[in-house]
Amino acid sequence: MVRLNINGRQRELAVEDDTPLLWVLREQAGLTGTKYGCGVAQCGACSVHVNGQLMRSCSIPVGSIKPTDRIVTIEGLSRNATHAVQKAWAEVDVPQCGYCQSGQIMAAAALLAKNKKPTDADIDAAMTNICRCGTYQRIRAAVHRAAEMLAKAVA
Amino acid sequence: MNRREFIVSSAAAGGGLAIGMPLTAASQGKDVGAQVNIWVVVKPDDTCVIRIARSEMGQGTKTGLAQLVAEELECDWKKVTTESITAGQNLASKRAWGEMGTGGSRGIRISQDYVRKGGAAARMMLLQAAANRWGVPVSELTVSDGVIKHAPSKRTTSYGKVAADAAKLTAPDPSSIKLKDPRSWKVAGKPVHRLDTADKLDGSKKYAIDLQFPGMLNAAIKQCPVYGGKLVSFDAAAIAKRPGVKGAVQVDERTVAVVADTWWHAKTALDALPIVWDEGEGATQSSAKIAEHLAGGLTAPNAYADRNEGDALKAIEGAAKRVEAVYSTPFLAHATMEPMNCTARVTADRAEAWVPTQNAEASLAALSEVTGIPISQCEVVRPDLGCGFGRRGGSQDYTRQAGLIAKQFPGTHVKLIWSREEDQAQDFYRPISQCKLSAGLDPAGKLVGLHVRVSGQSINAFLNPASVADGKDRRQLQGMWSAAGDAQLGYTVPNLLVEYAMRNTHVPVGPWRGVNTNQNGVYIECFIEECARAAGADSLEFRRALMQKHPKHLAVLNAAAEKAGWGKPLPAGVHRGIAQFMGYGSYSAAVAEVSMVDGKVKVQRMVLALDCGHAVNPHQIAAQVEGSVAYGLSATFYGEMTVEAGRMRELNFHNYPILRLAEMPKIETVIVPTYDFWGGVGEPTICVVAPAVLNAIHAATGKPVRSLPLKNVKLV
Repeated sequence: MVRLNINGRQRELAVEDDTPLLWVLREQAGLTGTKYGCGVAQCGACSVHVNGQLMRSCSIPVGSIKPTDRIVTIEGLSRNATHAVQKAWAEVDVPQCGYCQSGQIMAAAALLAKNKKPTDADIDAAMTNICRCGTYQRIRAAVHRAAEMLAKAVA
Repeated sequence: MNRREFIVSSAAAGGGLAIGMPLTAASQGKDVGAQVNIWVVVKPDDTCVIRIARSEMGQGTKTGLAQLVAEELECDWKKVTTESITAGQNLASKRAWGEMGTGGSRGIRISQDYVRKGGAAARMMLLQAAANRWGVPVSELTVSDGVIKHAPSKRTTSYGKVAADAAKLTAPDPSSIKLKDPRSWKVAGKPVHRLDTADKLDGSKKYAIDLQFPGMLNAAIKQCPVYGGKLVSFDAAAIAKRPGVKGAVQVDERTVAVVADTWWHAKTALDALPIVWDEGEGATQSSAKIAEHLAGGLTAPNAYADRNEGDALKAIEGAAKRVEAVYSTPFLAHATMEPMNCTARVTADRAEAWVPTQNAEASLAALSEVTGIPISQCEVVRPDLGCGFGRRGGSQDYTRQAGLIAKQFPGTHVKLIWSREEDQAQDFYRPISQCKLSAGLDPAGKLVGLHVRVSGQSINAFLNPASVADGKDRRQLQGMWSAAGDAQLGYTVPNLLVEYAMRNTHVPVGPWRGVNTNQNGVYIECFIEECARAAGADSLEFRRALMQKHPKHLAVLNAAAEKAGWGKPLPAGVHRGIAQFMGYGSYSAAVAEVSMVDGKVKVQRMVLALDCGHAVNPHQIAAQVEGSVAYGLSATFYGEMTVEAGRMRELNFHNYPILRLAEMPKIETVIVPTYDFWGGVGEPTICVVAPAVLNAIHAATGKPVRSLPLKNVKLV
């Protein structure tokens, strides 16, 4: 049994400590927006935030997470897809198949939380998730667009 | 809509225009709406639900097909939604929706005529229903955005209000349906946003891998790592006590699965399962041996000559200057982001599966075959796919496996998920090949003879051996064909010999986005570059001279060159390359700009031009072009599956790298629509990506690159 704080909710889940967080989210918590892509922290489809840090959940044993650690998944990023990254993704029409996009959006949200106006080089360094459909050009445009939206919201 | 509520009409087969009986649910419930015909359901609130038979795997076919139907329907685009039909529904209606297979960039080009007519027929019926209600001639009505007007009496109604009446009318005679001139399109042809984005942004979209059913079990699978090998035994008792494990089961002669309460339990138990394989003869194979086998085909006396025009060998022999080269390309895995998976439930008299499939009807047939349940008692539901790329078409290996496993747990949903490692190890790979090219140039540098010999594995020989028993396999020469319209070589060479020597291996092969145009595009376009340089000619001008009888190929090449500023000065250290090729009924060209720092290549910018005839959605066409560049560059830089002891070595993304955002060049797409044919979009442009980049590297280093991927090539 583990106790986890997922998307602001305390959950008690019957699972072995060495189970990767990804599979606990998908199979015990019923949050399937976080995807399995490689299982070895290469592709980033499983990206979530733990205490605001971007993490690849396929490679985190759930036993290493404290009950007070705040886990945020794509389902908990915002209410009604209102996060600037989600709005920008819609405006730029980023997704193709969409399978990797939960992870891409979580990665972009983590970048913008630390860096309000990322340069192309910052985006290159931060956005390392694989998209096999090849939406990278639109991802880059949408990260810039989300930064603009956030700047306007503050101003 | 619950598919159990959906009773499909016994509509006439084939035409796709048959008007179905109203849905049982539609005649009872207010929300479901009225089925005007098989393509169009209109709800009381004027929402138009457009039915889609093809698979959506990211390529945007749902949006494009809906645009075509909506264009003729004259409905309000803001009120359009889509709904996928199931394979069982199509079967029960005698294939009223036509074929469901989605590959070969056919989704739109093959169904455009009957879906547009479906939209037009629905419009005609909706207008007739309004005319009947008002007692006026239908010719006095006008419609726009789903609002019907009768100007003489100033009356107005909407599709939602007359749909139930329209559904009861007889469908118009197909020959009376006149389709719009695409130049007058208002919804189709426009760069509208996709219809299927919202649930991809908040995690709510359910791919097949995400489905949950009460009491569902999960399965992890392992097939003999060597192709052709067999399963001898496994020690189920060794894992029986692990948490959640329900059992280890034999799936077929080469496959074992572990079934457990969760997939993580199944996967970890499978990793711990002692398995004995009989690896068979394939275990003696290696990449080196396969390369040697293929090399033999380059000079073997017997090969299939698909084109033999003039006397190429003589012309080359007597030429003032000769050019010769041998190229090679490796096996490649598809690496769809969503790994292979299928959920199945089998009872004594029914089999159901939920499958990410590019061919739901093939999935249905496979399910029926392995479960022994008559096909009319089978159903396949097709959630949208997390990539397809040709991997999820006719073979349906994972659907068979899920059916075979679920049969051993009657009445229970079993979800089979392949690990990434299994996905890489058990693919139907892009076939490996080599190509020997020889050319003769006259004293003026004109190409007078060309001999192309491809040696390599045949997809047809693996999938349908009887079709190519005599070795005549034109498909492996895709892009070099003589016939116009599909994958025609864009050059006129007076003496031309194009041959294929079939050299099969024990490795399974299959279609891989772009299929053989990718390798053949590299062979032809990089060699033409070598010829241009040997002739001392400009790369563009050398090609233009050979393309005068191929105006569409030429126009696309010119469009790419113009947009890229071919011939204009470049920043220091940046070099250009150009390529053109044809596949899937569309014409493609590319210009790449690359820089090289310490022998490392960076693609800075790519301009791609595409003539796909009619352009249904320029915004989504650009998305496909951008995606094709990423797919093509992954293969160019990194893509390679190598064989050791008969099995694949590259089993995850650490040694099968995929292009990442930082490596993505700036891409500019030029669409050259000629409005006189329907070409494909999802695949055609991949084949010009690698040769344009390789030709730019050639410009930078002065040396051709003749084997892929670049990670193995020392450039300086």
